[in-house]
Amino acid sequence: MDLFEYQARDLFEKYGVPVLQGLTADTPEEAEAAAAKIGGTVVVKAQVKVGGRGKAGGVKVVHDPASAKEAASKILGLDIKGHVVKRVMIAEGAKIAREFYFSVLLDRSNRTFLSLCSVEGGMEIEQLAEERPEALAKVNVDAVKGIDLAKALDIAKQGGFDDETAAKVAPVLVKLYEVYVKEDATLVEVNPLVETEDGQILALDGKVTLDDNAEFRHTDREEMERDELDPLEAKAKAWDLNYVKLDGEVGIIGNGAGLVMSTLDVVAYAGEKHGGVRPANFLDIGGGASAEVMANGLDVILGDKQVKSVFVNVFGGITACDAVANGIVGALEKLGSSATKPLVVRLDGNNVVEGRRILAEANHPLVTVVDTMDEAADKAAELANR
Amino acid sequence: MAIFLDENSKIIVQGMTGSEGMKHTGRMLKGGSNIVGGVNPRKAGETVEVEGKTLPIFGTVAEAMAATGANVSVAFVPPAFSKAAAVEAIDAEIPLLVVITEGIPVHDSASFWAYNVSKGAKTRIIGPNCPGIISPGKSNAGITPSDITGFGPIGLVSKSGTLTYQMMYELRDIGMSTAIGIGGDPVIGTTHIDALAAFEADPETKAIVLIGEIGGDSEEKAAAYIKDNVTKPVVAYVAGFTAPEGKTMGHAGAIVSGSAGTAQAKKEAFEAVGVKVGKTPSETAALMREVIANL
Repeated sequence: MDLFEYQARDLFEKYGVPVLQGLTADTPEEAEAAAAKIGGTVVVKAQVKVGGRGKAGGVKVVHDPASAKEAASKILGLDIKGHVVKRVMIAEGAKIAREFYFSVLLDRSNRTFLSLCSVEGGMEIEQLAEERPEALAKVNVDAVKGIDLAKALDIAKQGGFDDETAAKVAPVLVKLYEVYVKEDATLVEVNPLVETEDGQILALDGKVTLDDNAEFRHTDREEMERDELDPLEAKAKAWDLNYVKLDGEVGIIGNGAGLVMSTLDVVAYAGEKHGGVRPANFLDIGGGASAEVMANGLDVILGDKQVKSVFVNVFGGITACDAVANGIVGALEKLGSSATKPLVVRLDGNNVVEGRRILAEANHPLVTVVDTMDEAADKAAELANR
Repeated sequence: MAIFLDENSKIIVQGMTGSEGMKHTGRMLKGGSNIVGGVNPRKAGETVEVEGKTLPIFGTVAEAMAATGANVSVAFVPPAFSKAAAVEAIDAEIPLLVVITEGIPVHDSASFWAYNVSKGAKTRIIGPNCPGIISPGKSNAGITPSDITGFGPIGLVSKSGTLTYQMMYELRDIGMSTAIGIGGDPVIGTTHIDALAAFEADPETKAIVLIGEIGGDSEEKAAAYIKDNVTKPVVAYVAGFTAPEGKTMGHAGAIVSGSAGTAQAKKEAFEAVGVKVGKTPSETAALMREVIANL
């Protein structure tokens, strides 16, 4: 889960990372009140999870509450690269002397943590990495040893900081690493990390990504503001189904993440011959594939108005094909007249003969059973193109 | 021969007394695996009956190893306790640890991986979030159905469980020396490269199928490794061409971020080193059939 800037700021504050005051507002009136509370010059910042909001008019510096209200009325509702602004943060203004960059993240490739640091901050990090790679230090962080003060000093010095500034920045880096570990983050980025004219170090803007697998030990996250889910994705989530909405016509149900991903690809290839139809979703029903799970999955997919046909692609491993076939028959009974789209079913693996026999015997008018994955994808694409 | 797991493997199950642990212990025994005990500190000293066999439960991995000579552990431990289970197995220096559990926080897996490295990497870790490893006819450590295929000349390494089963099934008349599911998490123990190196050294493996998916750069690294180190024929398959950027496709690690981790880049990396890439699992199996016919 990617956090909004204000959520990252609040998290930083919780761990003692120096930040400026920041209050959120969902209306121009709230923005005015927040600006009055903070006082003086404030920055009104669009809360969207996309870069380039400054250029899009999503960040405005104002000097009094009335102007904050006016700025917020312009920013709220603004569409920034497809993200509509629903909330702004009113942040205390700062007199910036210098801008730096720091991040710590999961380095998949090396199965460890990595810290990036540069005395040259402020610009997009991709740009810095490309234009002045020598200015961006990449320092491996051992997942067991972490970042202590000595390591933080080393990182800052490798990032080009002079001794005096490194000594001021290092304790902040240690706290940011604490955020990274204690909050189970896969990214903590501060850009810019600044030194103010009066010599203070501040984290002015932060990006944090949290590991969804770690939610069980962060129960406080349940109340956090989340991205609005697509209604079908929300419905699937309520049933604990692993569903991703895509933009196509062939609904997909399968078991196992890899097989479902592969099914989407095979359908897209088949669609090239059938008017360019595409997969409508990713849906992994996992090992179980009971009638109930199958019915829930079909219910979600049939709720997608774009869907013209459904491809059920199951490999019977732990769950034998006869159980899956019974699941499909049971699901269609359960759904009754609300099941209206043709279903192409491909079963293979454990007990496949019995599975196919069950489907043949049920002889449901919507169901076509096809033996191989490639042929089934072709049939599903053909039906979606009618 | 086979890789990492063979007829001499003596397996213990961490978390055996849980429902998943019991179910799969039974399946492994039925498939012919030599399971010698389980680990659960709260049930140490007890025994359980599985598939007509009486299995002792030990308090720790070290005790289980001392008493039974176990050299493999399969962990079916819930995500919250998986790190502790892995650290315990690493401390006991068990040669092979297979972590089946899905949903382990990545800080935990990065941490037990770093711990293993700091201890000299005496434990080979497979997973997490994987189906495990099977050497057909010899042993099965994990949740792969034992009866899909028998022993044969093909080595298979895959990020995905069901695609592993699918490929074993497609090539069931030829058979496999060993099939390994390395797992779909961002941080895993055994990589594509580790499996390639072992298959290259295994005299019973004549050809290799490699299955990858979006996310990370394991496939690109494998391609570079194949170019310089693998003389046996390799056929590859990559899943996730239609996956949109920024969406996690089931596996925690299956995500395209920006231009990194795309299926297209992985396919091109393989093709650049002369590895044929199938468009579908069936086409990949057909490519492997050609390879086998020409051996």
